[in-house]
Amino acid sequence: MTSPDTSPAAIDIRGACKTYPNGTRALEPIELIVREGEFVTIVGPSGCGKSTLLRLIAGLSPPTAGSIVLSEGYSPPRLAYVFQSPTLMPWASVQANVRLPLDLAGVARTQADKTTRHALERVGLQDFARSFPRELSGGMQMRASIARALVTGPRLLLMDEPFGALDEITRNRLDREFSELSARENLTVLFVTHSIYEAVFLSSRVLVMSPRPGRIHAEVAIDAPRVRADSFRTTTEFASHSAQLSEMLGAVMQEADQ
Amino acid sequence: MNGRNWISIAAPVVVGVVFLVLWHAVVAINQIPSYLVPGPLLVFETLLHDWDSLYHSLLITLQVTGSALLLAVLLGSLLSILFVQSRLLESALLPYAVILQVTPLVAIAPLIIIWVSDPYDALVICATVASIFPVIANTTVGLRSVDTGLIDLFRLYGASRTQILLRLRIPSAAPYFFAGLRVATALALIGAVVAEFVAGTGGTRSGLAYQILQAGLQLKIPRLFAALFLITATGIVLFLVVSWLSRLALRRWHESELPTEP
Repeated sequence: MTSPDTSPAAIDIRGACKTYPNGTRALEPIELIVREGEFVTIVGPSGCGKSTLLRLIAGLSPPTAGSIVLSEGYSPPRLAYVFQSPTLMPWASVQANVRLPLDLAGVARTQADKTTRHALERVGLQDFARSFPRELSGGMQMRASIARALVTGPRLLLMDEPFGALDEITRNRLDREFSELSARENLTVLFVTHSIYEAVFLSSRVLVMSPRPGRIHAEVAIDAPRVRADSFRTTTEFASHSAQLSEMLGAVMQEADQ
Repeated sequence: MNGRNWISIAAPVVVGVVFLVLWHAVVAINQIPSYLVPGPLLVFETLLHDWDSLYHSLLITLQVTGSALLLAVLLGSLLSILFVQSRLLESALLPYAVILQVTPLVAIAPLIIIWVSDPYDALVICATVASIFPVIANTTVGLRSVDTGLIDLFRLYGASRTQILLRLRIPSAAPYFFAGLRVATALALIGAVVAEFVAGTGGTRSGLAYQILQAGLQLKIPRLFAALFLITATGIVLFLVVSWLSRLALRRWHESELPTEP
């Protein structure tokens, strides 16, 4: 595996910023390169423009100025987005929800069903294909949402606090599973979270953002193998990285309050 | 079936039976003449005796109501879809839909009946006018009430407007549509009856309203009651059918039709 520092860029952001029509500056000009195979996490308080940045990268909202370049093979449908809430269609079965990106792309039904089954297996939902979203727990709904993101065989995943609404036990479990899955498939991930521990556990690099207007305040590299077991949570590295990030976030908050 | 279900069925039946008994008793004890208030037994007898002609009228009224409802659903949904595609079209046309809704049907029915040569068609148009608004209003709100996250998702995967309409907006609108359909069903029947009262035309294609009109003029009050009973029964049956359709469409996913916890 090549070291991320020398890997080509998957996302190249130069001076991208966002000002809303009402004059709110959501995002100061951002300079950021996410390299292929990296797991980059953004932490920061509410209103620091984390979600805005993801929306800009996904092309759901145009930047006011600056440029965002996605390398070939890293734009939709090879780019997938996992939202804060599971965002499933309540009237469709899990299978139909996960198949949606393929249906929209006009993939033939038998091929789509096969790919969908595989995606459901990857998140352990193969036995719930016919269930409806409301019949699943919050954690399982999120798994379905991840399966839908995986169904197009993406290389880049943008994840906006995907596990934020779950209880801690479920969240830790999904973090571990997702860490394994993203390493196994060599996915490039840009992950947004409120949780320092989630950030340290998952990432190869953590960006700390500060609010009003949003900008990248600091960056911390987490030196540990890409695949991490639950035991990583009790190592001294984990503790020291968490303490370091916690301190940075404290400084950011203090600055914001002044 | 659990205890609560039994009560919810038995309670209205008991009320109905008590009402019929009281009705019968009041009429019998006070010896009220049947040309004022006929007893329930006499009404039932008349219903059986006049069944052939009443049944014929019932079918006509059902046909008018059904055709009007179908038209209201088709036209109403189509207009809603157009409204959602274009704000301009909505702001241009919606005021007229409102005007149509707030103008009493009895006031416009005579015009429609004069303008449309075929009385049957005129009745259908009147009933459509009476019932189309709730379809338009509800469906339009429903088509707009789409989860913004799902819209983002569809846009991310490059969905076309048609795909968003068919796969996202229309399913999202279903609960609103069915709520509108229930109201529209009652209004279509009312529209069909009111229009026939105004039209007052007889002949082979006369509905239940005409039977009531005639029975009233001829002081055949038991027959009037029998026709009235049929109209009410029609309304109830139509309501049940629409409720059943709604349950069929929504029971797997929408809160309004989920089975309640015992």
